[in-house]
Amino acid sequence: MSGQSTHHGPGAAGHEAHMDPATAREAATLGIWTFLATEVLLFGGLFTAYIIFRIKFPQMFYEDHLKLNRVLGAVNTVVLIGSSLTVALGIAAIRKGRVGLLRLYLSLTILLAGAFLGIKFVEYSEKFSHGLFPGTDIFFSLYFMLTGLHGIHVLAGMAALGTVLFLAGRGKYSESYHTPVEITGLYWHFVDLVWIYLFPLLYLVG
Amino acid sequence: MKEHKSGNVTYIAVWAALVVLTAVTVAVSYVHLGMMNVVVALLVASVKASLVALFFMHLRYESRLVWGFALTPIFFLILIIAGTLSDTLFR
Amino acid sequence: MKETTLNGEQPPNGDASPRGYLEAKGFWSWAYTLDHKRIGVMYLYTTLFFFLLGGVFALLIRIKLMFPGQYIFTNQTYNVLFTMHGALMIFLFIIPAIPSGLGNFFIPMHIGARDVAFPRLNLLSYWVFVAGIVVILFSLIRPMDTGWTFYTPYSARTAADVTTLSFGVFLIGMSSILTGLNFLVTIHKLRAPGMTWHRMPLFIWSMYATSIIQVLATPVVGITFLLLAMERVLGVGFFDPAKGGDPILFQHFFWFYSHPVVYVMILPAMGIISEIVPAFSRKPIFGYNAIAYSSVAIAVFGFFVWGHHMFVTGMSSTAAIIFSLLTYSVAIPTAIKVFNWIATMYKGSITFESPMLYALTFIFLFVVGGLTGMFLGALGADIHVHDTYFIVAHFHYTMVGGTVMGLLAGLHYWFPKMTGRMLSEKMARPAWLLMFIGFNVTFFTQFILGFEGMPRRYAEYPAQYQALNIVSTVGSWILAAGILIMFANFVHGLFRGPPAPPNPWKALSLEWQTGSPPPTENYPEIPTVTDWPYGYAGKQT
Repeated sequence: MSGQSTHHGPGAAGHEAHMDPATAREAATLGIWTFLATEVLLFGGLFTAYIIFRIKFPQMFYEDHLKLNRVLGAVNTVVLIGSSLTVALGIAAIRKGRVGLLRLYLSLTILLAGAFLGIKFVEYSEKFSHGLFPGTDIFFSLYFMLTGLHGIHVLAGMAALGTVLFLAGRGKYSESYHTPVEITGLYWHFVDLVWIYLFPLLYLVG
Repeated sequence: MKEHKSGNVTYIAVWAALVVLTAVTVAVSYVHLGMMNVVVALLVASVKASLVALFFMHLRYESRLVWGFALTPIFFLILIIAGTLSDTLFR
Repeated sequence: MKETTLNGEQPPNGDASPRGYLEAKGFWSWAYTLDHKRIGVMYLYTTLFFFLLGGVFALLIRIKLMFPGQYIFTNQTYNVLFTMHGALMIFLFIIPAIPSGLGNFFIPMHIGARDVAFPRLNLLSYWVFVAGIVVILFSLIRPMDTGWTFYTPYSARTAADVTTLSFGVFLIGMSSILTGLNFLVTIHKLRAPGMTWHRMPLFIWSMYATSIIQVLATPVVGITFLLLAMERVLGVGFFDPAKGGDPILFQHFFWFYSHPVVYVMILPAMGIISEIVPAFSRKPIFGYNAIAYSSVAIAVFGFFVWGHHMFVTGMSSTAAIIFSLLTYSVAIPTAIKVFNWIATMYKGSITFESPMLYALTFIFLFVVGGLTGMFLGALGADIHVHDTYFIVAHFHYTMVGGTVMGLLAGLHYWFPKMTGRMLSEKMARPAWLLMFIGFNVTFFTQFILGFEGMPRRYAEYPAQYQALNIVSTVGSWILAAGILIMFANFVHGLFRGPPAPPNPWKALSLEWQTGSPPPTENYPEIPTVTDWPYGYAGKQT
């Protein structure tokens, strides 16, 4: 699914030549929101499973969620929220035509995304060393599936942000044309949005 | 997607609100309120999600069409949850 | 048919290449193409190939079922064949054929656009589709024996390579999502000036509804198969009762996707029928709004009824009653369409060229399939005939009698436009007759077998059912003969058919107002639309 943002990417100007620029922008916006709709339902299956099993095994959820590292989870939430801010500021910058500032903010975002995955890695190794695996019980199945799927989305987002950063360096974006930046930004905010729900559901109220 | 003047000040204010809300929800999780814990956590998460969608994702400035596309999946998410529960809850 | 050859005006191609979009030759001119028409044609070739392959499996299955015991080949071979028949036909033919094939070709043409909104994404989704096919075929090296529904817990345990197959289904699903997304945006944003929602051809309405389903339902099956794979690889336990999981949850997820997808199979076919019926009755379509809105209604209602596939799983009676009642609601918009088609034909000057023959067959067979579906929606009746041949007959009437007949109607209708050549009516009519007879002999007998209680899926059966099984098998041979003649006609038409005029059927929608085959960008100039495409004024010459 990482293909999405990049495929509206660089060549867009060329192959969307059969549309005028304003239509192309509106189409891209509608396209990414449709794509995010599919993502909601992709995670939706897991959220449904979460609700069903939480009702079935309240005790297991209570005991297991105490085994998660609440502090690291909270830190990661702040890291991801920060990366959403930097993307938003980056888009504001390119809307004023400031490419250098855009590249700075994109780099920061990728850095924060990397930090998020680093912390996730620490958490995962901690769990493994305590003998907690995806097959341990339903709660940890949910924990690893939800955070794993989310992690894959973070990786995909980093790839998309990296592509946009690279192309910004090549001078592809300007005040008048920066649709791919906006699209990638929307995708990144969505990744943040999913985490906003995952964090309390897994770490806080298990 | 209209160009609009969402100033950097707005973004930073939204970010600050998100951080504060994160702190609040973590703090509340240490207090035992029973079922209310879940309600508070989901409420706070939804407020945060709305902030991200409205400001960072510019939904505030989007056309009704985009709003429609953004809200439709939520309806279907509720549908799959409700339909499945109608079986598992009463089995 | 005489009038078609008399209508010899020159195609209004801007750049006037007689081969239009087919001008460029060579493998790469297709593999890298961003032209929605070429991508549509590639989908058609790919899906029709699996139609033939799945058909061969079906013939083998029928031959085995002529005898009640273990003859011809082993029961394990039978299990593999019947899984492959179902899986290939559903995932690689019926679901993608009309939307991705004809939809790709005709959505931009119908709305007066030069291409879809995201041509690169369109090409990507074709190649993701091919990648998914390769992965699925690779997984079949070890025989697949789960049936096409992959129910847990068996699918989580069998030695067959369900993990690889899940990944393949995931890819196919992704391709389907990207196509649906592309179509939604295209229909919203790229309509020609004056093409208001209520001037759109009904095929576009049905494709819009189809795309909604593809976009909203497919992700759920994606995550379901991902979890199934994880169940096998990582020991995740959502569907495993031993770990506290719930195998029925798999069925909920599976049918949340797979029931709406039944309408992905049928809605586009209904769209095609709504184009053909007025064109060959020379009358304006009756009840345009009703047909248009009922497409969207079917798409939405279709999401509310998945539970009716699970009445015998021990599901809660609350859920069963809700799902049973909701199931009837889907019948209403479907019936609305049928009545409107019939009202369109009433007092029309109907001509019976091959597209119309297939369209009428669709209406007849689909009504049978739909009405028997009503029995199944009824909680009590369903429990009696569940897992019997009644179900097999029912869904073959809707899938083959409905979707496939709709596809064939569309192929015969649009063949001149897509290839620039005419088909032979002399071959098309006997082919149609053989198919019609063969289909009914094959599957009507299965309704009777089902009522008599013959269980579906098994390789063997009690000897009392043998007579009707032989009838059914003979029917499948007649059906196959018809299909063979039809394909011979396609191949003959492709190479030797007489050149097609731009508008052989004198239809009014936009695609007929440009050359056959159309030029690369469809229209020399984007047309301005001033009227709906069904303004047929009674008898014309």
